[in-house]
Amino acid sequence: MSGSFIILALVTLIGAIGAMNFGRLVYCALSLVAAFVGLAGLYLQLSAQFLGFVQVLVYVGAVAILIVFALLLTQNANSDKQNVGSRSWAAGAGVALGVFLVLGKAIIGSSFSGRAAIDSAPPTVKNIGHELMTTYVIPLEAMALLLTAALIGAVVIAQRAGRKEGRQ
Amino acid sequence: MEPLHQYLLLSAMLFAIGLGGALSRRNAIVVLIGIELMLNAANLNFVAFGFLGDTQWIDGIMFALFSIGLAAAEAAVGLALIISIYRHFKSTNVEDLDQLKG
Repeated sequence: MSGSFIILALVTLIGAIGAMNFGRLVYCALSLVAAFVGLAGLYLQLSAQFLGFVQVLVYVGAVAILIVFALLLTQNANSDKQNVGSRSWAAGAGVALGVFLVLGKAIIGSSFSGRAAIDSAPPTVKNIGHELMTTYVIPLEAMALLLTAALIGAVVIAQRAGRKEGRQ
Repeated sequence: MEPLHQYLLLSAMLFAIGLGGALSRRNAIVVLIGIELMLNAANLNFVAFGFLGDTQWIDGIMFALFSIGLAAAEAAVGLALIISIYRHFKSTNVEDLDQLKG
């Protein structure tokens, strides 16, 4: 286990645990950014450079900012309350622990456990662009359509209700 | 490079943390953060399998790319719903949202 993997895994896990446990919601969002940056580092370590930078651009640059704006727009009094967990938080934690134990047992016991990397050349951005324009062109177009529909839908949903009456 | 199961175990931990948070927090935005963490754990699995498993290396990256796009669309719609719910109920606490008839 190399040092860089340990550091990146710790950054990711501590960031994720903080994002789920902080009482103040802004701290949750900032901790989530740390987890995303750690994951981007892990992608770089897996020699998926393009994906690492996509992770930084999309998650750190867009999704985290979106979450911070949603926090701003829904600023309410209960962000500093002491009981941030729901009534059934113990059941939720138990389910999560059970899922982790089952997954961990399956991973440790599986036949590919301990297999090392394949020794082919890592993909370049040119390879990825070529694949996107040939093999994956239909999924790419479907994704473009989905993103357009989702963003128009988000604007329609978040629009202030009763705005039409106000204009008339 | 690390063996495959280390990445899979890290991804399982990340998934469990996200699941625990999504099931046990009260604020809807933090529930959405937990869902994002679970999606990221799945992405890490895709990339690790692409590089360390039996598949073509580029397939894992492509899966993760499309998954990131889906997650971005999901976050945009989810946060719009939360803002709309906040305007309606004046709360983002998921325990307050217990009626279908607005």
